[in-house]
Amino acid sequence: MRVMVVWCPDWSVVAALDEAEQSPRSPAAVLSANVVEVCNGPARSEGVRRGQRRRDAQARCPELVLLPPNPDRDARAFEPVLAIVEDLRPGVAALRPGLLAVRAPGSWYGTETAAAATVCQALVEGGVWDVRIGIADDLFTAEQAARTADVQSWVLVEPGGSAPFLRALPVHVLQGDGSQGRELVSLLQRLGLGTLGDLADLPGDAVEHRLGTYGAAVRRRARGEDRALFAARTPPPELHAEVSFEPPLDSVEAITFSVRTTAERFVTQLAHHQLVATGVRVEAESDGAVCSSRAWLHPRHFGARDLVDRVHWQLQSADVGGSLRARKHSGAVRAPIDRVRFVPEVVEPAAAHGEALWGSASDDLVERGVARVQGMVGFDAVRRPVLQGGRSPAARQALVPWGERAVDLRPVDRPWPGRVPGPAPVRVFATPPAVEVVDDAGRDVGVTDRGVVTGEPRRFRLGDGVLPWQPVTAWAGPWPTDEAWWSGGAGPSARFQVVGADGRAWLLLRAPDGWSLEAGYD
Amino acid sequence: MSSSRSVAALDPGRSIVDQLRERVAAIENRPAGLPVPTLPGLADLVPLHAGSTYAVDSSSLALAMAAGASQAGEWVGFAGCADFGVEAAAELGIELSRTVLVPDPGEHWLEVTAALVDVLRVVVLRPPASVDERTAGLLDSRLRTRSSVLVVHGDWPRATARLSIEESTWVGPASGTGQLEERRARVVVRRGARPPQRAELTWPGVHRVDREVREIRRSVDGRAG
Repeated sequence: MRVMVVWCPDWSVVAALDEAEQSPRSPAAVLSANVVEVCNGPARSEGVRRGQRRRDAQARCPELVLLPPNPDRDARAFEPVLAIVEDLRPGVAALRPGLLAVRAPGSWYGTETAAAATVCQALVEGGVWDVRIGIADDLFTAEQAARTADVQSWVLVEPGGSAPFLRALPVHVLQGDGSQGRELVSLLQRLGLGTLGDLADLPGDAVEHRLGTYGAAVRRRARGEDRALFAARTPPPELHAEVSFEPPLDSVEAITFSVRTTAERFVTQLAHHQLVATGVRVEAESDGAVCSSRAWLHPRHFGARDLVDRVHWQLQSADVGGSLRARKHSGAVRAPIDRVRFVPEVVEPAAAHGEALWGSASDDLVERGVARVQGMVGFDAVRRPVLQGGRSPAARQALVPWGERAVDLRPVDRPWPGRVPGPAPVRVFATPPAVEVVDDAGRDVGVTDRGVVTGEPRRFRLGDGVLPWQPVTAWAGPWPTDEAWWSGGAGPSARFQVVGADGRAWLLLRAPDGWSLEAGYD
Repeated sequence: MSSSRSVAALDPGRSIVDQLRERVAAIENRPAGLPVPTLPGLADLVPLHAGSTYAVDSSSLALAMAAGASQAGEWVGFAGCADFGVEAAAELGIELSRTVLVPDPGEHWLEVTAALVDVLRVVVLRPPASVDERTAGLLDSRLRTRSSVLVVHGDWPRATARLSIEESTWVGPASGTGQLEERRARVVVRRGARPPQRAELTWPGVHRVDREVREIRRSVDGRAG
């Protein structure tokens, strides 16, 4: 089997420049940790090298464009390149962003030179300017051949010619293998081994002992003994669905009616791959051009009916345009629509979204829903309740921001003398409102230092005096406390449970500076 | 998802086949009407059904409505309840690790509730102001396609059932002695034009006081008096 390797040098820089919409000819480098990771040809000609510090690189080339590293971006940008080659020859394997392998197209294009020329031309037409191609018996040789090729050119290694071709290569070609490759190159050079041929001549067990598995693998490759194969990727399935209308339709109602089966097909097709769409782009074409396109997000996932609704909303809103006059004719679209397309933008495995047969929605789903709420009202507006130790009801609980770990909680399993017995109050006020509590004679009820109540509580009302006095039907207490006296606490206080005439009970606190309403047993 | 939770989510009193059939129907996007676990004390008074709204007038009732589902392993949420009593909720059996609180949603309360209804089984809402028919309709239409229950603490224009505490007494405290021990309350359930239904419940724990028990208590009280 012959292997063709297509190499796009400095792919991170190419992808990053493309994303930053800068000219591919400007000198640029991708830096990671302030060290040049990859640089392109124009930068190299100014003296910028891999491994240089940012300061040095900028000193050599002041107009150097500095780009952040982003492996996802590189892989994403490489996807169209894979698709172009896949069109010509299926069974493409992406080795890493910037490097792909494919079984060399055989006699279909006549000779291998013609095949390489065809691939090269297709890629250059697709906008990839720097393409180098190598064809050889095995993957490693083909990659090295591609690396020796010129821009938009190719190098063919004859069948059976791998070993002589590799022997002549200097060891620093291994630098492309990442950090272990660079370490090995440095070691080999210090050992006085200049070419791969020198390494290939060494005895196998000695190489394995001294240089490890990687070194032994390199030796095998250099001898042309390693027939590394690659796993061709399965092209991602086409998941979009579209429907065309002949003749074009000009009423929203008719369009929504006609897209129903397509929407159902779209959803079943996704379900067939065990996927669901949570974001879908709906495109409507009029006269061959996209006239309306909008991305819709769904809190859970799109069903067929949801999609039909989205089409309806989108076409209607595109038509209405906010003006009152247009609203009257909201049934008609601006131009007759001849094609509607559903493109899945975000697809997720159906298992993460399914309504479980046993038990409720998965915790993932809840996390996602809560994240949406956090997006609306802010990160710390969503709380998780936790218990902690303390004497007052407010001290015995804590509301921790969602997604954060509770820290500095007081232990629950201590005795906490002075806490109020009985059932826990249902309502706990974060800022206790002031109340007035009086006895028969209308005097304020207090507690002496020895914990004696100065009068029997008869009536109470909120401190602002808006609500009328409420008679006390029963009361219990006091439960005296003197919290945090060592650090300027409120001073000796006492808690009372008070039942009002309406049958509701409240927890009142008598502090030195007056009464307050701490909690309610509503 | 643990198996113990799955078993707890099924009601042993009913046919397993029927319950599974209901769940399959829910998975096929017809969730409304699916029964939601309810505390035993409330189960024959107000059996909760997914997609419905219930109005209550006290925090204790709101907690009790959410407690059944939480005990059965579901997620519950509270929106607008700034005075949420964590310890009382835990005493009632609400699993705090599966509870979401949005104490102060502010002006976004409608959107927040709609987002919570999407993912939680029971959502307790305390609307900040009076709610008009249109706003309630928006939330209700959303609720119909979800398998969750909305419990509103306050007034709601179209509730399936309205629960209110008609009369409440506390056992325990006297004039300065004792402590709060048990609350007994008469709860009225009003559903549309149907005659109101009354039941006596006791706290803590929300237990139904049956009529027989009440009569026995009365006779005991009479003898004692």
